[in-house]
Amino acid sequence: MIVFESVTKRYPGGTVAVDHLDLEAPKGRITVLVGPSGCGKTTSLRMVNRMVEPTSGRVLIDGADTAASPPAALRRGIGYVIQHSGLLPHRTVLDNIATVPLLLGTDRRRARSRAMELLERVGLTPALAKRYPAQLSGGQQQRVGVARALAADPPVMLMDEPFSAVDPVVREQLQNEFLRLQEELGKTIVFVTHDIDEAIKLGDRIAVLRVGGRLAQVASPAELLARPVDAFVAAFVGRDRGYRALGFAAVSSLPFEREETVRLGEALATARDRLNGGWVLVVDAEDRPQGWLSEDGARLAAQETVTEDALNLGGTLATEDGSLRELLDAALSSPSGRGVVTDGEGRLLGSISPSTAVRLIEERSSAPAGAPGTGEEA
Amino acid sequence: MSNALTWLTDPVNWQDQLGTPGIPTQLGNHLAYSLAAVAIATVIAFPLGLLIGHTGRGTPVVTFANGLRALPTLGLLILLYVVVSPHISGRGDAPYLVPTEIVLVLLAIPPVLGNTCAGVQNVDPAVRDASVGMGMTGREVLFRVELPIALPLVLSGLRSAVLQVVATATVAAYVGLGGIGRYLYDGLAARDFAQMTGGAVLVAALALVLDGVLAGVQRYAVSPGVSGRFGTGPAQAGARVAEAAGKASVPA
Ligand SMILES: Nc1ncnc2c1ncn2[C@@H]1O[C@H](COP(=O)(O)OP(=O)(O)OP(=O)(O)O)[C@@H](O)[C@H]1O
Ligand SMILES: [Mg+2]
Repeated sequence: MIVFESVTKRYPGGTVAVDHLDLEAPKGRITVLVGPSGCGKTTSLRMVNRMVEPTSGRVLIDGADTAASPPAALRRGIGYVIQHSGLLPHRTVLDNIATVPLLLGTDRRRARSRAMELLERVGLTPALAKRYPAQLSGGQQQRVGVARALAADPPVMLMDEPFSAVDPVVREQLQNEFLRLQEELGKTIVFVTHDIDEAIKLGDRIAVLRVGGRLAQVASPAELLARPVDAFVAAFVGRDRGYRALGFAAVSSLPFEREETVRLGEALATARDRLNGGWVLVVDAEDRPQGWLSEDGARLAAQETVTEDALNLGGTLATEDGSLRELLDAALSSPSGRGVVTDGEGRLLGSISPSTAVRLIEERSSAPAGAPGTGEEA
Repeated sequence: MSNALTWLTDPVNWQDQLGTPGIPTQLGNHLAYSLAAVAIATVIAFPLGLLIGHTGRGTPVVTFANGLRALPTLGLLILLYVVVSPHISGRGDAPYLVPTEIVLVLLAIPPVLGNTCAGVQNVDPAVRDASVGMGMTGREVLFRVELPIALPLVLSGLRSAVLQVVATATVAAYVGLGGIGRYLYDGLAARDFAQMTGGAVLVAALALVLDGVLAGVQRYAVSPGVSGRFGTGPAQAGARVAEAAGKASVPA
């Protein structure tokens, strides 16, 4: 666990970047620091590994005051990932990843074989091992940056906007893989971002800072969305927070309806017979939904059987144990007006109408608003 | 020009005779004066440049060293000869050698110092920050990160120092020492233009050869990640050196 005890940082020149910060980052969880530009996120983060020295107050890691250990030794035990990867341009990808183990005196062969494992673990092909950073895309560089921070297997990781310099599609991939990795590794992570969506997606706990370096609220993502503590946090969390909050509301028993289907390759005549409200759902041999076939689509199709190119692919899928947000989105985006629900393996369970989804949401709001599983740890 | 060629190809000029050393001996002298000066300058300027670049303190020293470039070489040599030499009681060439070497060292210091310092200072702050953040000590950051990244600039500083010193080492002859400068000054005195031109060609050739050697060292020592020459195994690098040498020989 990382504890900030009344930590203040005043830079020479008088800027108070962080003002009496009291915060705990629980072991094995992701704590996100979020807030507008210049609110002291980076400064707070860098006081953990003593890249910045607090003016007053203490930072403790597992009860030990960081000020007591020599900075270099402290930092070798803490993973550090920054926005523009900061990879060493003169070293290969493999040697970049092996940097900290080599500093710690691990022999070169062991360090490299460990680096090779990590390369694959962060989703890069071994073929990249011998490349130099300049030969990588931005997304690949960030992955290498993450692998490098993990190389010495530190219990604590500090990440300063690690995914903000890549395009939105790559960012989403990196976030998902980061969550998957964290599920396996269970590091104690402090993660800085100015993007509230990223904070909500990744954080177990979110600390919102306001300019002047004062803590505005610490809460689980669900609670932050449900009960912003003041106008500043409410404005920062944003307009569609009600919709986002649905992302944390799990649905238990789903009142879905049976949906008539045709398989790919069946005769179009069969499909026409099963049209319901002008649409029929097409599935593959394993009962996995492939898309919707419309009345027009069935009439104009070139072949006599149901083929993939006649399908309307609009419409997202909701899973049985997914969130209300997923369910509502599936119902609203479906061309037929019926949201498709699948089981964990992607097989069709049935469909649900927007009105049913809304009814589920209403039932939930009348139940006591509260913290579903995600937040509130020791 | 053809006279110069005759002079250069005359076997008599390539042999030591009583009182007049041949071309190989003078080349050797010239090389010795030059390399000694570059070596001394490097020993002084390289560590100093690393230190100033790394700490960011002492940059006025670099500016001052650059200012020294404005001193007229010959004037300085004569001044030193008048002021310093009487205090040197050594035998042999020492009274002439010391002022000459001082002049050459002063000439070699600015490029080595300036480039080393600039190379270190130009390292991407994010790279330096990440290195410190991973737990490198100041010394580790300097030698494992800043120096390898600065290497192309450091070596190009060394190359320009070598070129200048080799060209300028001809002044050694002015105070009575050897080296290829002999052919220039003696040729001038005797109005032997073939000899003068031949000497100039020798200086240029020596400078080119040394620069070629250093270019090879640079290609080998600088990481492909920094130079941008990706996918160069030593074999390919060797092929490129041969190719470059082939190109260089055409205009010569
Ligand atoms: N080295 C420094 N010297 C002086 N002031 C600084 C220094 N670093 C940061 N500051 C100031 O401290 C305040 C907080 O900076 P910090 O970098 O921690 O903000 P941030 O929340 O990370 O912002 P951003 O989202 O833009 O990265 C700012 O007002 C900044 O100008
Ligand atoms: Mg920042």
